[in-house]
Amino acid sequence: MNEKGGSLLLAEFDAKFPYDYSAGRYASYFLKQLRDHKRIMGIRCPKCQKVFVPPRPACGYCFVKNGAWVDMGDEGTLWGYTVVQFPFLDPMTGVERPIPYGYGFIALKGAATRLQHFVTASDLNKLRIGMRMKAVFKEERAGNMLD
Amino acid sequence: MGIVGVYQTKYEPRKIFDSYPELVFEVSSKVLAEAGLTIEDMDQIVTNSQDFWDGRTISNRTVSEACGSVLRAESKVAMDGSFAVFYAAMRILSGCYDSCLLVSHCKMSEGSPHLINNAMFDPLYQRILGFDELATCAMQAKRYMHKYGINEEQCAKVAVKNLQNGRKNPYPHRAMDVTVGQVMSSEMLADPIKALDAYPITDGACAVILAIEEKARKWSPQPVWITGIASRLDSFYLGDRDLAEVASLELAAKKAYNMAGVTNPRREIDLVELSDFYSYQELLWLEGMGFCQRGEAGEMIAKGITALNGELPVNPSGGILSGNPVTVAGAVRVAEAAIQVMGKGGKRQVPNVNRSLATGFGGSWWSDAMILSRTP
Repeated sequence: MNEKGGSLLLAEFDAKFPYDYSAGRYASYFLKQLRDHKRIMGIRCPKCQKVFVPPRPACGYCFVKNGAWVDMGDEGTLWGYTVVQFPFLDPMTGVERPIPYGYGFIALKGAATRLQHFVTASDLNKLRIGMRMKAVFKEERAGNMLD
Repeated sequence: MGIVGVYQTKYEPRKIFDSYPELVFEVSSKVLAEAGLTIEDMDQIVTNSQDFWDGRTISNRTVSEACGSVLRAESKVAMDGSFAVFYAAMRILSGCYDSCLLVSHCKMSEGSPHLINNAMFDPLYQRILGFDELATCAMQAKRYMHKYGINEEQCAKVAVKNLQNGRKNPYPHRAMDVTVGQVMSSEMLADPIKALDAYPITDGACAVILAIEEKARKWSPQPVWITGIASRLDSFYLGDRDLAEVASLELAAKKAYNMAGVTNPRREIDLVELSDFYSYQELLWLEGMGFCQRGEAGEMIAKGITALNGELPVNPSGGILSGNPVTVAGAVRVAEAAIQVMGKGGKRQVPNVNRSLATGFGGSWWSDAMILSRTP
């Protein structure tokens, strides 16, 4: 604001930046296994034997290319979580995600790293670290993490 | 300090099988393997990429494992690759690090180049007008031609030379034999820049290993010594300066020549790798670097002086016009200039190279120059 009677203008910019990512060889295989077989696949480092899920091309600790695929099954334990209570615009759908909902880190059996995903329970207040979790798949799957 | 290894992926219009980590792991692991080194030999990693091109912020996060930076020092440079090399060199010269693995990556195919280039401009005064890199470079070209008498045929000759040179280079994807007539009649994009005067959409990555003198000598029978290096910025607002002038490059080049003890660049530099995003730029940068008087670069190319077998080969690699991605392009200039000093240029090798000069340019406002030499 200035005393000469003017006011500051604001400029709103709303730009769409479209991207067309290559999933790459590893993510493509992982997502296709989700979509076609309801299987969660991890990948093992040939050197330290750590299993990473979701998979990545190289083990950052050993700096080698990852090797064998491992079926992680659909069970794990809840390693960490939160229950989101504030409403915000979901950038993926353009609509406000219904609250409350849970996010969690799930330690699948045999994985060296935790999977990040949505978590839910019949009563969200009952979520506890260490709880046993089971993966739930959509009936119609598209080949992405929301399957 | 010097360069002991370089590695490039094939540059393609769309590397559809490669995610960023896969691209980066390829060049990182192979540059080390070829140099007979391991990731443990590297004190630090410098990554080079741009958030808007990668479609995510902190773009180095995506590739941190792929370049070996887990539990190691890593720093990202979001400028053209030649500046990333400069930055890596500075970190070594600071005394804090002995070596560096530098990895540059970009996939132009995944985003919208027009929107991304438009986003670099000031939102209130320029972005709203829809400016992008092509349009502003076209205006620079017009200004340059008007002030210094360069014409479109001379620029077309640059495209012909570089596209032809690229055929001797296994990496780029758009090398071809064309005539001046074909360049002149290619689709007009923004007057005076036509399709064959402009670089193509490209994906790829490039890695460079740098090391302090003692380590460079230990690791390589013929390290490529960096004997002169400088960078200068110009004013950001394009209307401020006469775009036909290249003050930042002139200053950077002078500083680099001084450092390297070069007093007559035309005679003492054996070849130049410069950033030819658009054909007119080659002529403009040559003048800015003092290889001829202002306005004379057109004559240089007409006389064949800058041809592969000429007195001062320029862009023996085929340049960016043959197909290098933005961002990576600057690192490739350094890599190719280094390859020439190493004598590993294969079909594109220029004979008896003692000193090469690599320059980069970016974001329409800065330039740098680096002199590479067989002798320290």
